[in-house]
Amino acid sequence: MAELTMVQALNLAMKEAMREDPNVLMLGQDVGQDEGVFRVTEGLLREFGPQRCIDTPLAEAAIIGGAIGLCYKGFRPICELQFDGFSYQAFHQIEGHARRARTRTMGRYTCPLVVRIPYGGGIRAIEHHSEGPEATYAHLPGLHVVLPSGPRNARALLREAIFSPDPVIFFEPKALYRAFREEVPDEPETMPIGKARVAREGKDITLVSYGASLRQTMEAAEELLDEHDIDAEVIDLLSLSPLDDEMIQQSIRKTGRGVVIHESPRHCGVGAEVVARVVEESLLYLEAPIKRVTGFDTTIPFFANEMAYLPDAGRVVKAALETVRF
Amino acid sequence: MPRETIQIPRRIESLSILPYEGELDTELEPKIPDNDLRRLYKTMLSSRKFDERCLLLQRIGKIGTYGPTKGQEAASLGPMYAIGNDDWFVPSFRETAAMLWRGWPMSKILLWWGGNEIGASPPEGVNDLPICVPVASQCQYAMGIAWGCKLRQDGAVCVAFVGDGGTSEGDFHEALNFAAVYQAPLVMVVQNNQWAISIPRERQTRSKTIAQKAIAYGMDGFQVDGNDILAMIVATQEAVEKARNGGGPTLIEAQTYRLGMHTTADDPTKYRSEEEVKKWEPRDPLPRFRKYLKSKKLLDDKVEKVIEEEIDGLLEQAIAEYDQYEKDPYYMFKGMYAEMTPALRRQMAELREYVEGGESSEKPRGSYSRVL
Repeated sequence: MAELTMVQALNLAMKEAMREDPNVLMLGQDVGQDEGVFRVTEGLLREFGPQRCIDTPLAEAAIIGGAIGLCYKGFRPICELQFDGFSYQAFHQIEGHARRARTRTMGRYTCPLVVRIPYGGGIRAIEHHSEGPEATYAHLPGLHVVLPSGPRNARALLREAIFSPDPVIFFEPKALYRAFREEVPDEPETMPIGKARVAREGKDITLVSYGASLRQTMEAAEELLDEHDIDAEVIDLLSLSPLDDEMIQQSIRKTGRGVVIHESPRHCGVGAEVVARVVEESLLYLEAPIKRVTGFDTTIPFFANEMAYLPDAGRVVKAALETVRF
Repeated sequence: MPRETIQIPRRIESLSILPYEGELDTELEPKIPDNDLRRLYKTMLSSRKFDERCLLLQRIGKIGTYGPTKGQEAASLGPMYAIGNDDWFVPSFRETAAMLWRGWPMSKILLWWGGNEIGASPPEGVNDLPICVPVASQCQYAMGIAWGCKLRQDGAVCVAFVGDGGTSEGDFHEALNFAAVYQAPLVMVVQNNQWAISIPRERQTRSKTIAQKAIAYGMDGFQVDGNDILAMIVATQEAVEKARNGGGPTLIEAQTYRLGMHTTADDPTKYRSEEEVKKWEPRDPLPRFRKYLKSKKLLDDKVEKVIEEEIDGLLEQAIAEYDQYEKDPYYMFKGMYAEMTPALRRQMAELREYVEGGESSEKPRGSYSRVL
């Protein structure tokens, strides 16, 4: 067992996969010599050479579009896009081709590619570097959308994504890249895409979150117990498409109350999907309306004001109290 | 049809006027009034000093990640001398010298790098667009502006900037194609600083020059010594005049060099040699221009000292203004649409109650005190 940051854990998952399968390639801007703008690809060029860890020219659409073609030639490309805000430059390739390859060729061609995208705010980055586009991608049938919350699940999910037969959008919360270390087993580990996890067991209210917001949610859960004697259960979604319906419904049916927390905008966000499903399946178990604590329906402000936008533990506690006292 | 060769224009001119060694070619020397030369020098020096200060401000956490412009001042400033206030300037993000020439207050540029939207709002009196981050995306609206100038027949032109890395993006090529098809008065300046973060120019494109990419679109391409303020002025003046007279767009490749890092978030020693940087240092546009002005007796140590002191004063004033700027956490709601939607009004009230502690709410605590 080694104590790794998320950057190191992701790096490990890629090295393991590249060692096992010569079809796994890494491509992107500055992923070779520079080892990635966040250093996630450290050592890959050294170990696997420029044929497998490929520094591309600067063109997001060509990276993804090219990777789709590489898939058709039997490779398993991992693409790194440098920032969330630049994923849109490749959007038409992801929407128009990657997600449709299997369906439109009736399985003759598939797209087992991974698009790794550093995700979200909280690192005082400049414009277009702090975006939360997960709902946009989760809305597209044919994609899996994954958003880990810690080094261990990041490593396991990335491995799963690399060997997945379908395209995976793999968001990496930048705010967690080096935020904390976690024990990661020596042997490769996987977690199924589509499964959430109970990050904290509780009985009074269900807090559903993912990614960097999970930290604020856990902080809120502690505060709820310490100061208000409220025992919150915390669900860490991990996978946004597919969603782990079963775990969400079970937890909500147990507690009868819920708050969904994420940093991207509220309107048509993942929270809306969670609430809709609960209403469809578990309405009569609810003791109170479910609340959402999210980024606002605005562009995330330039970083001087980003903390006003990103949900913090206080906003989660406030929403949870209103739900419990309803 | 027999098999035959199609003749296409293949000529790319290159231009350099100011020597970094040897003598000035006086035949190429443009006639620029003395006062303008001094003003250009002052702007270039302001940009350099501003840049040095920004690196320090970043280190102490006063601004965020910063992309230095050292060594590229002439490449962005020269083209500005060739246009007027009614013309349009579309930057990428390494055009500080150009922004200063156009009248962007230093404090505003600081605010952009310091994470405030006000840094993206252009000053009155010029037709400028703000810094643009998604690489090469600005080429498209720059083309649209130029197209609009043509439709309006107002005689204005648009000068836009992109980097060598940006020439690999589809947006760059699509914009040039449209501009040529519509003969739009667009001057697209590529600041070829030889590096796109860690990728050198020769691994960005197999083309011998970036300027030659113009040929494929049926427009003129011009490779210019981007560290030579005079060459940049002359080349852009020619392109602007042609564009104003209905001659269509021009691609100018400014050959320059990024003497610093891509941004403060990167370490160039990982991917390029010190020797290469050393090789480019003598071509630094600032000493080259200074030498020229001294040879023309437009500058001496005394005058330079006065200019430097003036710039230092402006810098201190800009930083003081930057420090005084009060953050507005509610701008995100107010600035979203012409009129706030009901949802935005609700969400703004929600944040206000939370941050300021409405009558019914508990006192604000914890991390949101960071907001104000």
